Amino acid sequence: MRHIISIMLENEPGALSRVAGLFSARGYNIETLTVAPTEDESLSRMTIVTTGSDDVVEQITKQLNKLVEVVKVVDLSEAAHIERELMLIKVRAMGKEREEMKRMSDIFRGRIIDVTENTYTIELTGTGAKLDAFIQALEHSAILETVRTGASGIGRGERVLKV
Amino acid sequence: MELTGAEIVVKCLQAEGVEYVFGYPGGAVLFIYDELFNVTNAVTGIATAYMDSIPMVIITGQVPTHAIGLDAFQECDTVGITRPCVKHNFLVKDVKDLAVTIKKAFYLARTGRPGPVLVDIPKDVTSARCPFEYPETVAMRSYNPVVKGHPGQIRKAVQLVAEAKRPMIYTGGGVILSDASKQLTKLVKLLGFPCTNTLMGLGGYPATDPQFLGMLGMHGTYEANMAMQNCDVLLAVGARFDDRVIGNPAHFGQVQRKIIHIDIDPSSISKRVKVDVPIVGNVSDVLEELTRQLEASGYKPDQKALSTWWSQIGLWKSKDCLKYDKKSKIIKPQFVLERLYEITKGDAFVTSDVGQHQMWAAQFYKFDKPRRWINSGGLGTMGFGLPAAMGVQFANPGATVACVTGEASIQMCIQELSTCKQYRLPIKIVNLNNKYMGMVRQWQQFFHGNRYSESYMDALPDFVKLAESYGHAGIKVEEPGDVEPALKEAFKRKNDLVFLDFVTDQTENVYPMVQGGKGLTEMILAEEL
Repeated sequence: MRHIISIMLENEPGALSRVAGLFSARGYNIETLTVAPTEDESLSRMTIVTTGSDDVVEQITKQLNKLVEVVKVVDLSEAAHIERELMLIKVRAMGKEREEMKRMSDIFRGRIIDVTENTYTIELTGTGAKLDAFIQALEHSAILETVRTGASGIGRGERVLKV
Repeated sequence: MELTGAEIVVKCLQAEGVEYVFGYPGGAVLFIYDELFNVTNAVTGIATAYMDSIPMVIITGQVPTHAIGLDAFQECDTVGITRPCVKHNFLVKDVKDLAVTIKKAFYLARTGRPGPVLVDIPKDVTSARCPFEYPETVAMRSYNPVVKGHPGQIRKAVQLVAEAKRPMIYTGGGVILSDASKQLTKLVKLLGFPCTNTLMGLGGYPATDPQFLGMLGMHGTYEANMAMQNCDVLLAVGARFDDRVIGNPAHFGQVQRKIIHIDIDPSSISKRVKVDVPIVGNVSDVLEELTRQLEASGYKPDQKALSTWWSQIGLWKSKDCLKYDKKSKIIKPQFVLERLYEITKGDAFVTSDVGQHQMWAAQFYKFDKPRRWINSGGLGTMGFGLPAAMGVQFANPGATVACVTGEASIQMCIQELSTCKQYRLPIKIVNLNNKYMGMVRQWQQFFHGNRYSESYMDALPDFVKLAESYGHAGIKVEEPGDVEPALKEAFKRKNDLVFLDFVTDQTENVYPMVQGGKGLTEMILAEEL
C-alpha cells in the first residue's frame, strides 16, 4: 500500500542522509522525498511517499522515530489529508500547437510561466495522479523536459503536526 | 578559564567518570594524546557494539576543518562511514560546541536502548581555545526515551500471566543492560515459571537455578526450544526474537500463543513476531511494576497446570541434549569448559570469540550473575575475545578473566598480546584448538557434503612459543588427563597471562542445532547422527 509519511527533523547537516540511509539499509522503498526548512528554521519538514505492507510501514515509522534527529513522525495516510506536487514541464509549442497547448494547460489549471518562440514552460500543481494525467494527455513527442518535486502532504482539518 | 579543545575533551571524559580510554595515536589526534584513533580500524568494533546495544563513546580525530572535503592526507568521512553502525554521531566544527556535544554523546550512549555514539573532532578544533563549562544535564527535543511502561498494558500482562497454563519466560540482553536481573529473578520465582536466556542474556537469570532451562535458539537446549515453541503464554523481556533465537518466524507462528513483550525499543516489538501485549519501557522499571501489580492482585500460581507443564518439560530435559563422550581419548571441548567452570567456581568473567567455542562456553559455563559473559552476539565478530578480556581486566583488576577462543579467532587480534604485556593484564586464554574454523566445518559437514573448503588450518603457529615471544606463559595440553592440572596451574598464576592451547577433537559438533531457516523445534541432536 502507498503511504505518505511526514517527518519533522532537526535542520542539521547529515540529517537527510540519516533518513535516506535508513531506507536503503533496511530495503525500504522511497517513491518520492521532499524536504525544506519550516517557519522555525531549526526544523525541517520532510514528506516521504513509500509503499509497503502494514507491517513494513509500521517498522518504517518506528525506525524513523529512532533516529536521534527526528522530532516527530506521522503517517498522513492514516487519516484525511491533502497532498500536492509541483511539476514544471517544458513542451513544444509551435504554430497551431500553441493554442492547443494553452488550452490543455488551462483545463488542468496550469500556468504558463515561460515562453519562447517554440516552447512553453508550464507550472502545474496537484496530486501525483493529476500530474500523470496531464502528461498522458499530451502528445509524447511534445514533451521536452519535466521536473517534479515529489509530494508534500498535510493533514486535513484541525490536525496539526507541530513540535 | 580558557582551555584548548584537547583539554576540554579530557575534562569532559573525567566529568563522565571515564577511567580508561582505548585508542591509537595518529597525526590528527596528537593534541588530544598530549594531555586518542584510527577510525577505519574501529568500524568493526563500533558495529559490534551497535548490534549488541553496548553503550560506547568513540572520539576520533579529523583533518582540520579547512581541509575537510579536499581529499587531504588521512582524511576520511568518519561521520559518513560510521553512520549505519552508530546510534548517533557528531562532527564538531567549533570548539564552543565541543563540551555540550560530548555531554550529548554520553547521554545518548547510556540512555534508551544504549549504543555507540561517535564524536569526530577536527585537528584545529582540538587546538582552538574557549571557556570551558561542562553542562550538568542535557535535553534534546528529538530524543525522549520512554522509561516507565504503560500501566494499562502492564495490567493486561498481569491478566495473561495469571491465566497461563503453559507459560514461558524468555529474556535477552536488555535484562543485562538495564541491570534488571534481580527484578527478573524475583518475578520468575514469584511466578514459578520456566525461564530461558538468549546468548546475550546469559547471567540475567541464575543458570544453576532449577527454573532455568538453559539458553534457547540455534544452539539452545532441547527443553528451552520445545518450551518456547509449545507455551501458551510467552513473556519476552529485553529480547528481540531474532533469527538465531526463534528460527523461522512462520514455523514459530504455527503454534497459537499469547505474547507479552517488554522492550525499551518500540522498533524491536512486532518486528519479526506479532505480539499481543507490547510494553515499551525500561526493563527493570517495567518488571518492578509488573511484580508489584501481581503481588497486589493476590496472584497464586495455578499449581495443577504448572505441575503438568513442568513434567512435560522434565520429559524434554531427559533427552540430555548436551551430552557428549566423556570417555573420549581425545580432549572434548565441552570437557574443557566444564572443568573451567568448576575450577573458577563459576565466578570468572568469561569473554569469547565467535564460533563453536562460543556456543560451548554459553552451554557449559553456568552464569549465575549478570555481566560475567561478554561476547559478540549480533555481529559475531571474530577477534572480539581478547580485546574484550582486556577491557574486563582493566575494569576489574584482580578479577579472574578467561578468554575462551579458537585457533582461528584468536589470530584476528593476536597482536594484543603485546598490549597485555605492556599493561600487565593476567588474562587466561583458553584456546580450543581443533585446527578448523569449527563452526564453518560443522556447516560444511551438515549442509555442504563434507566439502571442507578453506576451513582447515594447516599452517598454525606454535601458540606456546608465540605467547612466550610476547613475554607470556604458554601451556600446550594434548591429553584429557592433563586438562584439569593445566587449568589449575594457569589460574594459580594470578599475575601472569597464560595461554592454554588445548588440542581438541576435530570432529566434535555443537548440538543441538537448528539449521538456518528451519523451525525452532527442528533440531539436529547428537544421537541422530
